[in-house]
Amino acid sequence: MTPWLFSDKGIMCLKSNNIIFAYSDKMKSYRYVGMRLYSTSKTVDPKEMKTFKALAYKWWDEQGAYAPLHSMNDLRVPFIRDNLLKTVTNHQLESPLSGMKILDVGCGGGLLCEPLGRLGALVTGIDPLNENIKTAQQHKSFDPVLDKRIQYNACSLEDIVEETVETFDAVVASEVVEHVNDLETFIQCCCQVLKPGGSLFITTINKTQLSYALGIIFAEQIAGIVPKGTHTWEKFVSPEELESLLEPNGFLVQTITGMLYNPFSGYWRWTENTSLNYAAHAIKSSAPVETEEHHTKTPGIDGQEASQK
Amino acid sequence: MAACARLTRALLVPGATLGGPRLPGLRWLSGSVGPGQAVYDVVVAGGGMVGTAMACALGHNVHFRDKKILLLEAGPNKVLGKLPATYSNRVSSITPGSATLLSSFGAWDHICNMRYKPFRRMQVWDACSEALIIFDKDDLDDMGYIVENDVIMSALAKQLDAVRDQVEVVYKSKVISYTWPGPFLDAETSPWVQITLANGRQLQTKLLIGADGHNSGVRRASGIQNVCWPYDQSAVVATLHLSEPTDNNVAWQRFLPSGPIALLPLSDTLSSLVWSTSHEHAAELVSMEEENFLDAINSAFWSDASHTDFIDSAGSVLQYAFTLLQPTNSSARQLPPSVAKVDPKSRTLFPLGMGHAVEYVRPRVALIGDAAHRVHPLAGQGVNMGFGDISSLVRHLSRAAFNGKDLGTDYGLCKQINALLPGHCFEE
Repeated sequence: MTPWLFSDKGIMCLKSNNIIFAYSDKMKSYRYVGMRLYSTSKTVDPKEMKTFKALAYKWWDEQGAYAPLHSMNDLRVPFIRDNLLKTVTNHQLESPLSGMKILDVGCGGGLLCEPLGRLGALVTGIDPLNENIKTAQQHKSFDPVLDKRIQYNACSLEDIVEETVETFDAVVASEVVEHVNDLETFIQCCCQVLKPGGSLFITTINKTQLSYALGIIFAEQIAGIVPKGTHTWEKFVSPEELESLLEPNGFLVQTITGMLYNPFSGYWRWTENTSLNYAAHAIKSSAPVETEEHHTKTPGIDGQEASQK
Repeated sequence: MAACARLTRALLVPGATLGGPRLPGLRWLSGSVGPGQAVYDVVVAGGGMVGTAMACALGHNVHFRDKKILLLEAGPNKVLGKLPATYSNRVSSITPGSATLLSSFGAWDHICNMRYKPFRRMQVWDACSEALIIFDKDDLDDMGYIVENDVIMSALAKQLDAVRDQVEVVYKSKVISYTWPGPFLDAETSPWVQITLANGRQLQTKLLIGADGHNSGVRRASGIQNVCWPYDQSAVVATLHLSEPTDNNVAWQRFLPSGPIALLPLSDTLSSLVWSTSHEHAAELVSMEEENFLDAINSAFWSDASHTDFIDSAGSVLQYAFTLLQPTNSSARQLPPSVAKVDPKSRTLFPLGMGHAVEYVRPRVALIGDAAHRVHPLAGQGVNMGFGDISSLVRHLSRAAFNGKDLGTDYGLCKQINALLPGHCFEE
């Protein structure tokens, strides 16, 4: 078996441990089915949407372009599950998240919604791109249990803020904040839709020289682990910047931990070093929702009294 | 739904992947799936000892309580109403590890309440020389247990019944076909495995576990290659009465030129015979008169007729050389109890062979027990390996379920398990 092979798209690939490092700048030979006009949104960036549109159908190919996101579930699902379990006094092991309402912002093809739904949660997945929502909906439709537990909407976070104030036990924004335009507004919206004491889970990429070298140059341009043009380094968010936006907007940061991807094995692992990828967990302080002009930091809140149902 | 499906189809990139390489023997699914067909999380095909134990283990597993599990078995329900007085002629040697698995879901207690025989020593020796090996535990603890297969099945069936809300069992069900989705799914193809039963019922499952024995239909339908050959041997089994009652806590096995003969204790007065020999000799043994049969057994264990002077002297020279290098306790060869009677109708034979599947797991299919590996009974490990498969597969599936994974996809199942097996080097 030669390690190099030519796929039928004329791309030369190195096959190693089921990871294909595709060297090609011709990946974008897809048809665009016409751009939909979106209302101006402070958080959604139309340029970002164009990139994801091209790959909408590829979400569920576990060896495909989104393989690293599939394997990231090994970290982020237990991260969400265990931190939410801490807030509940009695839970059943077979359905640890039952009774919880979770909002997945930027759900893409539903890669994270489905495991959370399998664990018993009622998940709402939103994504501004209609194609992603269609893919997600079609994928969950075959599983009768997930079909009932998950619902998808093609919209942005701001679109649903008003009707879902204080509805969710948890909001998940995984690999999303590095794509939004106005992070502060985004965080404020997250705060509004969360119940007091609810959790916000963010995974994103740090803004460092290392993340430029590895995350953009190596991952996108050389090895093709991430489709080219997915990320813009200027929009990466450092943990310090994230914290400085979370705390004044009604959140208490509980954990920030680094994540590391091994492109050869295809697996992620936790690490102390946050200079590449990291995950953050913050809890909305239990004081009632304040308006933007009157943010006060409430001292010493224990986020343990929570949202049971 | 059809309109939505067509729209999604239009978004697919032309030429993307539909012309990929076809795996031989794999049947493709095309066409849409009827609504309302039950979707199970796990279907276990085959209700033998290993299949039933698998269904039990999943049914009793805390992370599977909200999952739908189904066991398909071609035969009838095997719960023993009343324990028959005569012993069955098919017995298995259960290792302590297997006993731990069985007790993890409460089946071992039922076995203890029925009948079983622990043994403490094993003597294995040769017919042509003085070669001998003895197994025992230091404090003479139980090394293993001899249990009738019917007793194991009954205990498992009882524990399965205890979780009938989680595990559905269909007895007397024959499967006509298994169909897996192709590797490249489109909007209309169901991603699940489709199973068609002889009575016309159609099922879907996210993971199919093949526990249907060495002629596994699941293995054949999935296209997993099997390396196999028949040993030119049949095993003769019978239930024997000993000449006089004894502690009977030793398992005996002697390697004759024609094959190994083993005596496994069932009680203080009964032992089970497993004699692997050529097909002709086996047929002779099963049909000969009772006294001739008993004489054959006794002389197989006691006679030194196969010894030759050459081998004896070579053996004693080697023995001497070993004792010079490393003196060991020399174990005296003991002789097994003699047998006086055989249970009528307990004499039967079955052919032996070897089989090993090249892969144990593929997307949406896993093989356990004899479907994955079929061995000679001489080491008494066949069913124990099957129980070992169960314990590692259940551990893996349990963790995957707690992480919300789709059981049966590559990440949910294959990558981790295949990497542990020697078979994975056959891929690519």
